[in-house]
Amino acid sequence: MMAITLDSLRTDKRSALIATAAIGILLAVAPFVVGSALGNSWLRILDFALLYIMLALGLNIVVGFAGLLDMGYIAFYAVGAYLYALLASPHFGLHVPVWIIIPAGAVLAGVAGALLGAPTLRLRGDYLAIVTLGFGEIVRIFMNNLNAPVNITNGPQGISSIDPINMGGITLAKPLTVMGVTIPSLHAYYYLFLALTLLIVFVSIRLEDSRIGRAWVAIREDEIAAKACGINTRNIKLLAFTMGASFGGVAGGLFAGFQGFVSPESFNLMESVMVLCMVVLGGMGHIPGVILGGVMLTVLPEFFRHSAGPIQQALFGKILLDPEALRMLLFGLALVVVMLYRPAGLWPSTIRRREFRNGSASDVLKEGE
Amino acid sequence: MDIFIQQIINGLVLGSIYALVALGYTMVYGIMGLINFAHGEVVMIGAMVALFVIKALAGLPVFVTLPLALAAAAGVCMAVGFTIERVAYRPLRRAPKLAPLITAIGVSIILQNLAMLIWGRNYHAFPPILPTSDHEIFGATITSLQIVIIVIAALMMAGLTLLVQRTRLGRAMRATSENPPIAQLMGVNINQIISATFVIGSALAAVAGLMVSANYSIAHYYMGFMLGLKAFTAAVLGGIGNLAGAMLGGILLGIIESLGAGYIGDLTGGFLGSHYQDIFAFFVLIGVLIFRPSGLIGERIAERA
Repeated sequence: MMAITLDSLRTDKRSALIATAAIGILLAVAPFVVGSALGNSWLRILDFALLYIMLALGLNIVVGFAGLLDMGYIAFYAVGAYLYALLASPHFGLHVPVWIIIPAGAVLAGVAGALLGAPTLRLRGDYLAIVTLGFGEIVRIFMNNLNAPVNITNGPQGISSIDPINMGGITLAKPLTVMGVTIPSLHAYYYLFLALTLLIVFVSIRLEDSRIGRAWVAIREDEIAAKACGINTRNIKLLAFTMGASFGGVAGGLFAGFQGFVSPESFNLMESVMVLCMVVLGGMGHIPGVILGGVMLTVLPEFFRHSAGPIQQALFGKILLDPEALRMLLFGLALVVVMLYRPAGLWPSTIRRREFRNGSASDVLKEGE
Repeated sequence: MDIFIQQIINGLVLGSIYALVALGYTMVYGIMGLINFAHGEVVMIGAMVALFVIKALAGLPVFVTLPLALAAAAGVCMAVGFTIERVAYRPLRRAPKLAPLITAIGVSIILQNLAMLIWGRNYHAFPPILPTSDHEIFGATITSLQIVIIVIAALMMAGLTLLVQRTRLGRAMRATSENPPIAQLMGVNINQIISATFVIGSALAAVAGLMVSANYSIAHYYMGFMLGLKAFTAAVLGGIGNLAGAMLGGILLGIIESLGAGYIGDLTGGFLGSHYQDIFAFFVLIGVLIFRPSGLIGERIAERA
């Protein structure tokens, strides 16, 4: 059904316009609705959902388009976040403006991506996964320990009181007044993140349809055939790592400014895994699917967090099970169940779905029972 | 020189534990081409079950409690491994390659939090099961426990090699990993073989779990994660899908890690301390894979033609 309506959207200009307008209005009023109906904690979750969408879209370039399994993606988020934290906090006494830091974060993360990509170009699927995973851990361990003998990252304590995002003298940390309308801080961050997310979505869509995007997909489907067709696989793969990483760097910088505090704990392997789950669960290589995955996997654990305690209270009159463990338990179950029933992701692209339906039946191993 | 030998011994103990866990990863990968992300949690469950059986039987002699604990841990782990394959992997054999990876991650989260619900989030002290007598070798000391760990690990690895190379089941396993459809044509029941692989791997994991928590005299619901990661690294280091590779990779990784932890301070003039221990595993791995992209003794498989 979804595919039919989407296809009709693509052909019918008027309904497409209406749909775009509806989505636009929805996105514009979302923080006010969420803020007043559910409170500020959910508004923060909404802001984080946008950050995670940026990350998921970045990883989608590497995993979804180019088919390179990257399990250390959070390292680039960390690079962006730490760059912001070091350049705009009392830690070094530096207060570099945000429009220098965020692009610098994108560039630095992109360089880190290329540095990771270069030695791993020859590796096949799962070997690449473990090397990228190792890279992510190396970055985290360095951040955890670079407080001696020279204190650079302040070790496990992390860096605190980071400058809030501040644009042209307007700080987002305090409520903004624009033309008589007061916009609270969380809302202002929401609009900033939304703007950047839309930019990243736009770049992703344009990349997907470009010569480079098609080269990525060609490499994903068959690297040797892609090479034979004259694609410079080395450069194109490096480009995938670099582009994906730079999205992560941007999201990381925003995260540091938003949170006001970074520590190595925010960048552990579980976070990488989470972003990977967003991409795969949503529908690899399909931008709307990845966005859906990002929203779901940010909101779901928080929903369980807010409901695991009270529901037990209501049902049994007391809290029987540790709500924190229960919430992750339910989350794990949700991952398994979704994948069992929708192995190609929640919202896969039409091409992929078609492929999956007439998958290679010749392989007896895959016949299952 | 004493420190050197001491670190080698510590590394050997750690490495034989890694090797046992790595075997579980590599067997599953060899047959199904799947990273069983939940394997580390199976090790943790083995450790927890063994710990609580030993605590419950406190007072009985070691030669009663230890086999009982081992049997209980192995039994529970085998059941868990069997269930994981049936529920989370088997339905997805036709699915895109990353789908089972996500269910594996999901299962890993589930097992971790189940363990937290059952055993709590505290560290549990592992009761001393063997007298802590020290033995001198080349000026270094080795405890009875460490000797037992190395011997049992060696026995298990020898047993597994015999099983895979000499028995009917082993032949069926090798055939399945070589070419599943043809193996099936030759009358191999693939589903049974895959289940058997998971069960054997989980039994090894249970033993490794008991060993690692006895060695560090501690167990925790989160212990499986890093251990699993290291063991998987070891499997890849040796060449994933290759049993000898997993053993070699595990032992090498153990030795490299403890040597690294012992000498990193001297090597870098005190700039990097022993808390960088965990980095070694990954640096070595990346270094090896750059020069040998299929691991130390992995076959040089051509990229799919």
